[in-house]
Amino acid sequence: MSQQITVHDPRGYPPKVVGKRLAPRLTTLDGKTVYLVDCLFDNTDVFMEQLRQWFAERLPAVNVRVIRPQKTWSDDEAMRAAIAADGDAAILGVGL
Amino acid sequence: MPSIAVHTHVFQRLCKATALAMGMPRLRQAYVPQPVVDRSAADLRAYIEGQDPISRRPFMQEVIDGLLSPLDEADAQGLTFERTTPRLVEPDTEDRLQRLFEENCWTDMLPIVLPTEARVEAMLRGTSHPRDKIVGRLRPTAFREYWEFDVEKVAVNAVMAGARPEYFPVILALASSGISARSSSTNSFATITVVNGPIRNEIAMHSGIGVMGPYNHANATIGRAYGLLSQNLQGGSVPDDTYMGSLGNWYAYTAVIPEAEERSPWQPLHVQKGFKPTESVASIFFGGWYTHAGYGPRATWQEKMRRSLAAVEQYSEPLFVMDPIVARGFVDLGFDTKDKLIAWCADNALMTAREYWDNQWIQYLMRPRAVAGVEPYASRLKAKPDEVITIFQPSEINIVVAGGETQGAWKMISGSLRATVSIDVWR
Amino acid sequence: MGMPRLRQAYTPHPVVDQSATHLRAYIDGSDAISGRPFMQEVLDGLTSPLEQEDLQGLSFERTTPRLVEPETEDNLQRIFVENRWTDMLPIILPTEARVEAMLEGTSHPPDKIVGRLRPTVFREFWEFDVEKVAVNAVMAGARPEYFPVILALAASGITARSSSTTSFATIPVINGPIRNEIAMNTGIGVMGPYSHANATIGRAYGLLSQNLQGGSVPNESYMGSQGNWYAYTAVIPEAEERSPWQPLHVQKGFKPTDSIASIFFGGWYTHAGYGPRATWKEKMRHALAAVEQYSPPLFVMDPIVARGFVDLGFDTKEKLIDWCAENALLTAREYWDNQSVQLLRPKAVAGIEPYASRLKAHPDEVIRIYEPSEITIVVAGGETQGAWKMISGALRATVSIDAWR
Repeated sequence: MSQQITVHDPRGYPPKVVGKRLAPRLTTLDGKTVYLVDCLFDNTDVFMEQLRQWFAERLPAVNVRVIRPQKTWSDDEAMRAAIAADGDAAILGVGL
Repeated sequence: MPSIAVHTHVFQRLCKATALAMGMPRLRQAYVPQPVVDRSAADLRAYIEGQDPISRRPFMQEVIDGLLSPLDEADAQGLTFERTTPRLVEPDTEDRLQRLFEENCWTDMLPIVLPTEARVEAMLRGTSHPRDKIVGRLRPTAFREYWEFDVEKVAVNAVMAGARPEYFPVILALASSGISARSSSTNSFATITVVNGPIRNEIAMHSGIGVMGPYNHANATIGRAYGLLSQNLQGGSVPDDTYMGSLGNWYAYTAVIPEAEERSPWQPLHVQKGFKPTESVASIFFGGWYTHAGYGPRATWQEKMRRSLAAVEQYSEPLFVMDPIVARGFVDLGFDTKDKLIAWCADNALMTAREYWDNQWIQYLMRPRAVAGVEPYASRLKAKPDEVITIFQPSEINIVVAGGETQGAWKMISGSLRATVSIDVWR
Repeated sequence: MGMPRLRQAYTPHPVVDQSATHLRAYIDGSDAISGRPFMQEVLDGLTSPLEQEDLQGLSFERTTPRLVEPETEDNLQRIFVENRWTDMLPIILPTEARVEAMLEGTSHPPDKIVGRLRPTVFREFWEFDVEKVAVNAVMAGARPEYFPVILALAASGITARSSSTTSFATIPVINGPIRNEIAMNTGIGVMGPYSHANATIGRAYGLLSQNLQGGSVPNESYMGSQGNWYAYTAVIPEAEERSPWQPLHVQKGFKPTDSIASIFFGGWYTHAGYGPRATWKEKMRHALAAVEQYSPPLFVMDPIVARGFVDLGFDTKEKLIDWCAENALLTAREYWDNQSVQLLRPKAVAGIEPYASRLKAHPDEVIRIYEPSEITIVVAGGETQGAWKMISGALRATVSIDAWR
């Protein structure tokens, strides 16, 4: 039992990780359009509505819109295009 | 554009790992307390006005800073790195290697057969495919990266499970399916594999007494191999990171059913799906969330069935596993094909629309489809809350026959058919 | 039983759920094993004269060796599988050194009798000592610090390898300080392959059951028609620190600082859900109505679910259990139309409650099918989801782990 043996590593091969830059930040949110992206998880619609109201009450100069993809867990290109067209920032949620 | 993602706090470790794997370790994140599900609007407002439980700073401060605070050098670059997996592990004693594999989360916590080069060579003789042929790709869930692997890597995991070389084509077929037996979902899914065709008898799989119990070497080790290869070849199944199942699932150790084709009055599953009887096929069901049980069909079989169908988790359709006694009993009642009984079940799987929609997973998966007008979900959404609706299509329900005929027992296990793969191509 | 010549006659299978006409046909037909007329077998069995062998019966000693003939490791693994000493998954071979190490996990001597087990009540009891339990604990992959838990399970008298045609499994719930001492996992993946202690303790219970009771061999000492995937391993340490309720052992009268194993017998159905949500009552009622009525439920609730029920006013487990008992309903007709519930019929006929009242009920009458004392709740889970499971499990034994340290 105390003899040393050699065994295989059981793990598969990961893809290479390619670094991606983060987008430059804004200097202010006033006058900007911020999209609240509702990822469709349970109760997220209620959360995003509360977040929208928070902005309306505290930071009314921020133009806030709620948006949703067509389906959960799929990349919705049309939605991303809509955000890219006139959005300045995005808050995504809620992962649960 | 600048963005920030909000999660509940239990996902913090997973978020960091996912961001790192995407090359953006500094991706901005903010956290609210768990749970969000089932909280009132006032509760959620309180989360927004309260503290981020991870950073302990005000939540909205995290959100706004995430969008406004200037980037530094590390943020701007992202992070690129290679990751390679060695072929062999540093030599050590057997006892220490068992411990190492366990501590690395390379096992299911039960003893393994250490994958020495000799054992892996022997396993590789169970297939005609070369060791460096790519078998497929797996990932813990749709939003994680795919890892890939070759025949030799599958052999390593098959050895660890205790499988024999003659089982290897089945194990390769499961590995090639693209369906992970170690889903990272909070829902603690398991996979249930049904095996059909001549391979069952060739390798002495057992569809009689104790088919779902610890009584057959092939059944047990094939199911286990699928689990081990899933966790190791997909990048891991580590709690809080690549595994988030709140309760876990005892079916994850091993869950394989060879259908009792010779003792069934019905067509075998693979023939129903268009394969020839002489083809060897594995069908992979994703679920294992509920298991309803009963005897039958007895005098009150319809009430029993309806109750079981009403108690399901409605996002996860049932896979019936019926002892041959039960199957013959249903034939005597006029259900001379599986499809007739499936049609009856689809007609009788009922609940109110209110109950149907009051379910976390239905909200995620079905509601968007309903809103987009996809049937049958759209009609279910239009139904009044008290209206009784059918919850499954016949095409979603499956029946297999297995058991030792000592009792007229059946199980209704949550299982949605995700893949049907040829075993023969891996011989 | 020492009576190998005991007279037997056989009908075809099944008898359950067959009509009177069908059963008469069995009686008028052939014995399914001998091929001779069934009634001939029965009458001959009662009237044919006995022979010398019949009069003696058969006495013989059966001993179990302490060690197995030496062999290579790979051959030994194969021998253990062929002898049906395993659950078909790889074991750690129980060398003398490993068994010695395991024995250090308890203060009890190796030759102390731990208890007796049998596959079912009409089979003989086999008995075993601490060392025999250690052998099986090593095989399972357990560590010496888990040994007191495994000894307690072995001492319970409840086998994890019931031979019943109803493919039962056992589910031990662990309470008390032992859980943290040996790093049991009550969080994410508690019922999954994510904890060495959870997994190997459950497995040890299975292996020791089959090997120390005289075996679990299909068609002989195991008759479960379908088997049960819970039989590989199924252990739950309760998440006491994150539960809003009393832990199970305290409910049963133990001190919080006692380490206890509670053994549930069932594993036949597992109902599942999220909750409590808006429609929690409908969901619960559906789940309670879909049970197998002879097997009461053991609830395993994620702490999120438990707290949700507290918010609804169920500030003790007992209050929620009472609600469940009031809402676990079936018609009397359905209640009695069940193979295993028929076994309760003699109690009903003898006037024992609550069975007697259930028998007197009109077939369409809706009756309660469980008493509160039959229903159990434990709290476990990683709080990533408000999930619960309702698993068939009747509490059969509560055993002290501390007694085996």
